[in-house]
Amino acid sequence: MTDLTEVWVYLSASPLLFLTLTLAAFQAGSWIYERARHKPFLNPVMTAVILLVAILTLTETPYPTYFEGAQFVHFLLGPATVALAIPLYRQFERVRRSALALVVSLISGSLTAIGTAVGLGWLLGASRETLLSLAPKSVTAPVAMGITEQLGGLPSLTAVLVILTGILGAVIGPMVLNLLRIRDWRARGLAMGTASHGIGTARALQVNELAGAFSGLAMGLNALATAILLPLIWRLFF
Amino acid sequence: MLSALTLILTCQLIGELVTRFFGLPLPGPVAGMALLFALLVLRGSVPDTVGAVGDTLLKNLSLLFVPAGVGVMAHLGLIGQDLLPITVALIGSTVATIAVTALVMSRLARGSLSAEATKADD
Repeated sequence: MTDLTEVWVYLSASPLLFLTLTLAAFQAGSWIYERARHKPFLNPVMTAVILLVAILTLTETPYPTYFEGAQFVHFLLGPATVALAIPLYRQFERVRRSALALVVSLISGSLTAIGTAVGLGWLLGASRETLLSLAPKSVTAPVAMGITEQLGGLPSLTAVLVILTGILGAVIGPMVLNLLRIRDWRARGLAMGTASHGIGTARALQVNELAGAFSGLAMGLNALATAILLPLIWRLFF
Repeated sequence: MLSALTLILTCQLIGELVTRFFGLPLPGPVAGMALLFALLVLRGSVPDTVGAVGDTLLKNLSLLFVPAGVGVMAHLGLIGQDLLPITVALIGSTVATIAVTALVMSRLARGSLSAEATKADD
């Protein structure tokens, strides 16, 4: 019979183990979420991340080893982003009808995201690097990292802040929207996509396709708006 | 199925090439989304297979963020250095952004809401 350590050494070297664990952790997260009747603070992404971080820490597995397996899931983010064109196309008539309102709301949201993140961080004494890494936190990761790098922040910190913002938006976004009595699916979707990019969009799509279409569009447009606005604003104030 | 997946990946590939070549401030997949959207408009409908593949991907969109989310563990030290400002800024700014965007949109788009509401019922 083989030693358990040997089995572990073999398994942890192949992508199979961490790919399976990623799917299993997410299934566990979804199961808890269903059981708890969709309580927003039990977001399945958050549960899965906490479970996996706990497992990796306990087994002393470095993140790059984990990612060798998880990269197959991660890769699908690209094609899924492309596929957001489908709900957008199906809902396009409604998007077109509120195009002007959409653009004005999106720019207000984009400026709010940048202004409040940098403003609050600055008031509480964050370092310059941290401020620059916080500024694009509502934008989808690859663009946010590019903007931060261009302005002299830390792209790796930005990536983490982007993910945390996404999870945070998916968790507290619906509560904020309910509190404000926003019932218009277009406004709800647009807000989720502007504030918390793809993770917010994933949440919006689960609830309503119209909200999902607005959210996916907001994610793309906010990436564009922030990439143009943030360097201008930064040079104006700092 | 295979042709639909090929179409989606081709859009992404062209998106990556175009954004890199022209130095656009957009990720390749977002440019790919614009390209697929343009193709759907030209065709005037969503092919069944493309719809099926796309819906499958999007139904599981949350899952796809898990590997990147686990990456948080590798950078906790960086966050620890500025823990208070980061926590307050993330929570405050996310709430403010959602509130401002939703309030502006629901006020400005109210005009088309009646048409929207009847549409939403069918």
